[in-house]
Amino acid sequence: MTATGAPTPGPTEQPALEMRGISKRFGGTIALKNVAITAYPGQVLALMGENGAGKSTLMKVLAGVHNADTGEMTLSGQPFKPSGPIEARARGVNLIYQELSVAPNMTVAQNIFLGNEPHNGAFVDYAAMNRGAEEVLKSLGATFTPTTSAGRLSVAEQQLVEIARSLVYKGQVLIMDEPTAALSDRETERLFGIVDTLRAQGMAIIYISHRMNEIYRLADRVTVLRDGESVGTLTKGELSPEKLVALMVGRPLGELFEDGPPGNAGGVVLEVKNLERRPKVEPCSLQVRAGEIVGLSGVVGAGRTELARLIFGADAKTGGTVKLLGQPLNVRSPLDAIRAGIAYVPEDRKSQGLFLQMAVDNNLSVNVLPRFTQGGMLQHGAVGKFAQDMIKKLAIRVSRPSALVSGLSGGNQQKVLLGRWLAIEPKLLILDEPTRGVDIGAKAEIYRIIRQLADSGAAVLVISSELPEVIGLSDRIYVMREGHIAGELRRPGITQEAIMSLATGAGSVASAAD
Amino acid sequence: MTQASPPSPPPAATADDQAQRRRQLVQSLGILPILILIGVLFSVLTPNFLHSDNLLNILRQAAINIVLAAGMTFVILTGGIDLSVGSILGATAVAALSLSLDPSLSWAAIPIGLLAGLVLGMLNGTLVAYLGLPPFIVTLGTYTALRGLAYLLANGTTVINSSLPWAWIGNGAVLGVPWLIIIAFLVILVSWFILRFTVLGTHVYAVGGNPQAARLTGIRVAKVLMFVYALNGLYSGLGGVMSASRLYSANGLLGQGYELDAIAAVVLGGTSLSGGVGSIWGTLIGALIIAMLNNGLTLMNVSFFWQLVVKGIVIIVAVLIDRLRSRGQTAH
Repeated sequence: MTATGAPTPGPTEQPALEMRGISKRFGGTIALKNVAITAYPGQVLALMGENGAGKSTLMKVLAGVHNADTGEMTLSGQPFKPSGPIEARARGVNLIYQELSVAPNMTVAQNIFLGNEPHNGAFVDYAAMNRGAEEVLKSLGATFTPTTSAGRLSVAEQQLVEIARSLVYKGQVLIMDEPTAALSDRETERLFGIVDTLRAQGMAIIYISHRMNEIYRLADRVTVLRDGESVGTLTKGELSPEKLVALMVGRPLGELFEDGPPGNAGGVVLEVKNLERRPKVEPCSLQVRAGEIVGLSGVVGAGRTELARLIFGADAKTGGTVKLLGQPLNVRSPLDAIRAGIAYVPEDRKSQGLFLQMAVDNNLSVNVLPRFTQGGMLQHGAVGKFAQDMIKKLAIRVSRPSALVSGLSGGNQQKVLLGRWLAIEPKLLILDEPTRGVDIGAKAEIYRIIRQLADSGAAVLVISSELPEVIGLSDRIYVMREGHIAGELRRPGITQEAIMSLATGAGSVASAAD
Repeated sequence: MTQASPPSPPPAATADDQAQRRRQLVQSLGILPILILIGVLFSVLTPNFLHSDNLLNILRQAAINIVLAAGMTFVILTGGIDLSVGSILGATAVAALSLSLDPSLSWAAIPIGLLAGLVLGMLNGTLVAYLGLPPFIVTLGTYTALRGLAYLLANGTTVINSSLPWAWIGNGAVLGVPWLIIIAFLVILVSWFILRFTVLGTHVYAVGGNPQAARLTGIRVAKVLMFVYALNGLYSGLGGVMSASRLYSANGLLGQGYELDAIAAVVLGGTSLSGGVGSIWGTLIGALIIAMLNNGLTLMNVSFFWQLVVKGIVIIVAVLIDRLRSRGQTAH
């Protein structure tokens, strides 16, 4: 293992790509801080790190989507400062996004040569285009023809189209951002084969993944990012799950949490058995007791939000059962779930939670409005009083209940959303990323509110991508990986390392290596 | 007067808060200064404009558009659009007049006209709310189909009933105030009551403001959509009855282009085309501006062609205002 910025023991040849001292700020947030990575031709450099560690931002800087505030880049020794994605691509740097970007109504060949069409004067030379596409596709072992329309391809095949596109651009650096996230095992194997081929052809590949076994299978070197900094690089020989996890999480726990009195959990409130919505959610079983805060951890895309939405009735399940307080529950819509006493604070408060153009009091009261009617007529005075009380109870900082909720800070907006759900006095509260985009002071208050609710006898299920948060809040933690529950952790066995190994499958790699 | 949120106790005002209040005030006043400005302009330019007979005239000319625009406000508040209101008006006017010609059925003319409007609105509502089709396309379809229906019901001619028993609706008055105006203001009051004092009204704003959040909050989005299209249909049917009684006649052409005047009034009134923001009082002012323009320009002997040009420009300016307003919002 080497320290930040120190020269990396690598091949003696010239690096295909070097990024040095890269920093990037978005408003008040520091996304990247003095990051350095080096990629060599004919090698796979894996980038690892927790969610939000800065991997995607770094790659967007490299692909010319963002401009770095400071730092420099070189491509094969030449200075590289792309003005945009087009120039980056022209210089041979290609980024394959997690969300694929093929044009579905165009043919495979048109997609491959998009913006790079072979032409005779003003006319596109379709014959040459199709020939070129066929050649590239063959070298990648594709089984579809260049004249197929791209929308009819599977995700894996669309990925091949994007890889082919980077090849016809004579790429020297190929960035793959979690390329296997949507692939089946067989498609993943095939992709690995293609990566091997490209590596043998001398391409420098930067491979972003959360999955330990993929890193083991592919990487020549691994650079770990944490909180926007590159904290270390391991070569293939030095690689071990313990070292990687230690690099990824190595930071002190926050001291924001009030511990629940141990062992005060009551009867089972939520019992989920083999709940599934394939292919995103494999059969999952879990329990939450009264007075208990249970964490649901895992990397982004592990299926946590999807599982929560199934419990809440926001999506239709394909199998399994949910029981609430011992009663079988068949929710077909969020309304059913709410009537049964389930509350769900969604992950993105602006797009899924708040009515931004409405006032704070309306946002707080929307779930319980019928309470404030007399003969069908809304009593605005009663709504206002209810809102005042809730504002006071949750210490929401707002000048008056009729102020627009869009004017509030992130933390106060989140409290409004919490207040909306507290008003129904839920038996089960599901929180999805409850403190995303919330400042540290409001975080502590939100934690206190959650703990109080649990103490009053509600069951709480918390999804969080922040390890310190999920560890600090939870009495018990389920870790999800690739759509199923990979394991359950109880105190005192809850550590960042334990969560990360379950979340990435490092444990299974380690045991396989034994 | 026109803001969507309920009243509240006196604030401990901060500078930021005052700025927000000022914004809300400007927004809720919205277009009222423009109405006054146009009024002043016409009263200077044409001596007869301010005459009380003429002012009543403007209101009477505005009445049917006010009714249509009130329904359109509900639809646009949910982020939708309804292009079919003029066609519904035409079809229901022809149907009501035809019934009135048969002495044994004439009592049913008004209820059936209203009911027909309601049912046609529910047709729009079903297609939008339960089949998930885009409102623009659905109502473009019913706009065309119901226009055809109106011609068919009228048999291609004009249905006339010179001894219409309910002609008082279109031509009578109480204490000098024409019934048309009274009906229009009743519609505004009812609409205001629904939007402001019922749970359903709050849900209309919620669905338009954030449909995803509305669903996750347990609001039955489809029912809310069904309601707004049904109500809009009912109001259009009412508009049909009003038109028929005013003219003693109806044909397949009646109501053509009315949907655009209604949309223009709503947008002029500050209701955002993307939904979630707006008020019925704004719509009333918007409809009055359009009627005032028609009236004043006619008094000034501006040709009908130029009137069209001016009206068109007003619609574009309305959208421009809408755009500037929503930009002001995202800046905060």
